[in-house]
Amino acid sequence: MKDKDEKKIEKRELKINRRTLLKGALAGAATTMLPLNRADASFKDFWESFFQKHFREMTVAEKQQVVQRLEQEYERKYKKAIQIGIEPAMPGVLFGYGLDLSRCIGCRTCVYACVHENNQSRDPQIQWIQVLRFKHGDLMNWEKAEKYYDPKQVPEPGYFYMPVQCQQCENPACTRACPTQATWKEPDGIVVVDYNWCIGCRYCMAACPYGARHFNWGEPGIKPADINPVTHYLGNRPRYRGVVEKCTFCIQRTRKGRYTACVEACPVGARKFGNLLDPKSEVRYAMEHKRTFRLKDDLGTHPKFFYFFDFEAGERFSG
Amino acid sequence: MIQTIKNFIIAWGSIFKGSAKYYLWLAFLAGLMAVGVHAYIGQAEHGLIMTAMRDQVSWGFYISNFTFLVGVAAAAVLLVVPSYVHHDKPIKEIVIFAEMMAITALLMCIMFIMTDLGQPLRVWHILPPPIGLMHWPSSLLAWDVLALNSYLFLNIIVVFYVLYKLSRGEHYKMKSFVGFLIYLSIPVAVSIHTVTAFLYNAGFSRPFWGDAILAPKFIAGALSSGPALMLLVFQVLRKVTDVKIEDKTLFRIATFITYALAIDLFFIGSEVFVSFYPGTAESASIHYLFFGLHGQTNLVPYIWTSVIATVVAFVLILNKGTREKFVTLNTACVLMIVGIYLEKGMGLVIPGFTPDVLGEIYQYTPTATELMVSLGVWAFGAMVYTLLVKFALPVYTGKLRFASSGKEDIHEVKVVRPHVEEVPEEQA
Repeated sequence: MKDKDEKKIEKRELKINRRTLLKGALAGAATTMLPLNRADASFKDFWESFFQKHFREMTVAEKQQVVQRLEQEYERKYKKAIQIGIEPAMPGVLFGYGLDLSRCIGCRTCVYACVHENNQSRDPQIQWIQVLRFKHGDLMNWEKAEKYYDPKQVPEPGYFYMPVQCQQCENPACTRACPTQATWKEPDGIVVVDYNWCIGCRYCMAACPYGARHFNWGEPGIKPADINPVTHYLGNRPRYRGVVEKCTFCIQRTRKGRYTACVEACPVGARKFGNLLDPKSEVRYAMEHKRTFRLKDDLGTHPKFFYFFDFEAGERFSG
Repeated sequence: MIQTIKNFIIAWGSIFKGSAKYYLWLAFLAGLMAVGVHAYIGQAEHGLIMTAMRDQVSWGFYISNFTFLVGVAAAAVLLVVPSYVHHDKPIKEIVIFAEMMAITALLMCIMFIMTDLGQPLRVWHILPPPIGLMHWPSSLLAWDVLALNSYLFLNIIVVFYVLYKLSRGEHYKMKSFVGFLIYLSIPVAVSIHTVTAFLYNAGFSRPFWGDAILAPKFIAGALSSGPALMLLVFQVLRKVTDVKIEDKTLFRIATFITYALAIDLFFIGSEVFVSFYPGTAESASIHYLFFGLHGQTNLVPYIWTSVIATVVAFVLILNKGTREKFVTLNTACVLMIVGIYLEKGMGLVIPGFTPDVLGEIYQYTPTATELMVSLGVWAFGAMVYTLLVKFALPVYTGKLRFASSGKEDIHEVKVVRPHVEEVPEEQA
């Protein structure tokens, strides 16, 4: 009698074990494709992550709930507290950018400041800013642009440099292309991506005329110590494999009234940033007093990123 | 209703009844599929970094295959029009096999898209609200999802309805709802390839794709390579099954192909001239494709293979002597498929990205993962088509008939060719 009971209990245990095992295996298989820390992912996390709504469809309360779950996921994954902001656009603000080509020396300080601020993957490398080198006379002759220049010292005589990043178009080709509305233009003019809604089809990358969109071809490689823990949901929070990312004008900073990391890092003051709706902003000053132009303006994308040459302040006749 | 479902399941039973050769063929395909699954698991584990695609060339071999297969799916229309609109008897007898090929090609298209996605589990985001957030009508990709799925469902309904009627020894009427669906499938077939061309056209930052002739060229290419594939498959069909397809029918299809290929070559020529002659910066991509750029030449062999194959195929199929001889006709078909596969696949997708929008040249060559996954998808397609044909055959040849009364009265009748001989309402 006793024997039988024990056997029964044993059997049940076995059953439970097998069932949980199966469940675990299923959840495990599914999570290899989901943005979760696999080892600790519970079924509830998987469920909530899988059915997470589009950011713009969520109420503020839902956003807070999602952010809380994501913060826990990140903490498990990186063993570091990461704070995710959801600050909305400020009313009466339309961000714009100015870049003084006569000042830029091609040192790529901005590139690395951006990588650190925005938690880009180090291995494989993702960089939101690409600096192109042109010979004098070859401006915007793309076939002659050099991305991988590597001299001992910059600036080099006979060359000038043109950093290119997301131009934050007013009429973006990328957001129109996206089949799931995972990328869109915010009211303050910043084009953002919901990394939890993007399906990774990369049609936006085919559409973008500026090469500003970057894909996580592999698992983003970033050491926990290197992670900037102050993030925004639509900006620099750690990304997942298989989604697209891009420059967001440092949304986590600029929505709090700060400069972007690239503006702060530039050693020659070539980068200007501000509110296009504010007549006293730096970027408006540049637009009104300098000879500005926009990249590939003929495509009708209406970038909010203005390049200009500044002979009075620059006087850098290096060649 | 329940009886119909029961009968449906019984009919599916025929896929398990086959010769040793049949099972060997299925096992062979299953083996190839296993290779694909194995490679795909690696890709799911490590990400798309296992492919040769990078930010510069963000679409590659998968999308190339997809584009070609959309053409194969659309090509069924070449047989649908003569059979249902013009009631061309010999073609009408085999149109169902063309429609099955469309179903197969569409399933393969969906698989190639799925393997290309970075987050395949989130694919439901593309569905219309309230489930997903389909970006319609802005995104051409949303249009493509709609067009491809509509065409898939149309073909599934038509094929299975025709077989259902046939299995009860009845005839379907063109003046019925299904008749309407058959007519509807004609413009939808054209639309799937048009929308796919517009998908590329919409990328206005890449001049290589900004060609108004792209959609017509896609259709012409589809109407030659797709039926060429059908010609080969039909010959296999009549050899390994008791489906009877006359030489005359095949040669008639070959004539259609000749027209389509002539138009395709004309379109390609026009496109090449317009892209080449001005020699502006916008010619860089086509220059890269045909001659290489700055010493980077890895697409050159693809396109010249394509050009030579297509031209030789055209010569072979244009000449009546060689068109109506199976050795040369089949050579022409194979060359045509290879030529158009390379031109519409790699020759279209990759140069669009090379040089990239900031002038960089990234040399793309598919990796082993991409080749193996694609092989797996093609094997899957062959498997699906085999099973569909196996399912349809007993009904098609009249070996399997269900009583119309709806009672459990399954009996096997030997009717040799009951298919379209007696469809009187068509003449009206």
